[in-house]
Amino acid sequence: MSYATNLRCRKCGREYPIQPVNLCDFCFSPLEVNYDYQAMSEAVSREKLAQGPYSMWRYRDMLPAEIAEVDIGTGFTPLVKADNLGRELGLDCLYIKNDCLNPTYSFKDRAVSVASTKAREFGFDTIACASTGNLAASVAAHAAKANMRACVFVPSNLEAGKLVGAAVYNPVLIAVEGSYDDVNRLCAEVTQRYRWGFININLRPYYAEGSKTLGFEVAEQLGWRAPDCIVAPAASGLVFTRIWKGLEELAMLRLIEPVNTHMYVTQAAGSAPIVNAFKASSQHVHPVKPDTVVGSIAIGNPADGFYALRIVRQSGGGACAVSDEEAIAGMRLLAETEGIFAEPTGGVVISSLKKLVASDAIKKNELTVAFITGAGPRAQEILADAVQPFTIQPNIKSLEEVLGVAA
Amino acid sequence: MAKKQVMFTFPQELITEPIIYNLGLQFNVVTSIRRADVSENRGWVVLELEGEENDIEEGITWVNSKGIRIDPIVGDVVEG
Repeated sequence: MSYATNLRCRKCGREYPIQPVNLCDFCFSPLEVNYDYQAMSEAVSREKLAQGPYSMWRYRDMLPAEIAEVDIGTGFTPLVKADNLGRELGLDCLYIKNDCLNPTYSFKDRAVSVASTKAREFGFDTIACASTGNLAASVAAHAAKANMRACVFVPSNLEAGKLVGAAVYNPVLIAVEGSYDDVNRLCAEVTQRYRWGFININLRPYYAEGSKTLGFEVAEQLGWRAPDCIVAPAASGLVFTRIWKGLEELAMLRLIEPVNTHMYVTQAAGSAPIVNAFKASSQHVHPVKPDTVVGSIAIGNPADGFYALRIVRQSGGGACAVSDEEAIAGMRLLAETEGIFAEPTGGVVISSLKKLVASDAIKKNELTVAFITGAGPRAQEILADAVQPFTIQPNIKSLEEVLGVAA
Repeated sequence: MAKKQVMFTFPQELITEPIIYNLGLQFNVVTSIRRADVSENRGWVVLELEGEENDIEEGITWVNSKGIRIDPIVGDVVEG
């Protein structure tokens, strides 16, 4: 049994039973899972959590699952002390949360593990999503593990190569002819017509909860404390808000001291509605048309944008957007200094971190965690220009010429 | 009768136009506003449309043709 009690509207506070819905009937704002934190606090302790499995499910008592979890081995990914990159950027205490090392190579496994568990609990036989990459792979993999059907919607102009990471798990792949917005609209209608668990629509409150474990893990891996600064990417803004929620819950349960973390949100300049709103001192995140190579965060109308923006402001953090060229430079910098091959979103995080340190927003001695949420190989064509091998003859002389070694 | 929840985003030049009133009048669609914010240079409205499915679709097409951005209220569904 979990400690989840109901769903609650994030705007007006109205409450709903635990069911597959994501919006408040009254104000159409998003719902989130509410818990009996008093009971939860009596059940969890640092010692008990430390004895759990080395996966995100060590935090099962803080998640809304009532049945055995659908788990493909997600979570408890490394928190790496990044001394080389820190030296390069001018930070004494920099860590990388390397979520590339999840089973389908991105943080989406955390969210989908919880959402697919709830889907099974609600009796769905099909889970679905619309995705151009990471989410598709994760949904297809979890459906395979749970013996469920996966339906993955993609825009028809998406290159076949991008789909391999999902297709290998044999989902029903549906290529929709039309624009990106057409796919959005169709999927919103599909949820109303079919009794499917649409991972980021009617299962969204549960999908969101999985991402909290990023916050839990970082605090535990730091010896039960929150960082001074967090730099994380935002697409829909969901993971950004849930990292924060994870830390806040730990503080509420008295597992860590009250949170005083500055939250920095990062986006690609070609799709930066949240950063734009922050810079314009706006309360509202106005939708944009994405125009960036950083595909996994190219969301123009972020569902949780308002809440991400609020956390940035409340926490005394900031917002930073970087160009596609800077994102690619960030990917390379992370790879060359720490041996971590991130997707372009990781490059956005690293280049933004560089700017935030250069502008003195993040101070040299602040304990900073940068979140790398997906692995590079799925987007490796972006770095094709970086592959420039030295061509030599099969003899030592030719090799030494290239190496600049005197004969 | 069908229902559809949508968000309209108005550019500055259309803020003073009675678009929602005309949507109801011309397409026989009942409009129910749930949340909104209008400033001097931009405005958005979250609302539910109720009517015959064809009327709603035609109404939405007309609103879009006026230069108003229309989004699902769940935000973008397609993720990376």
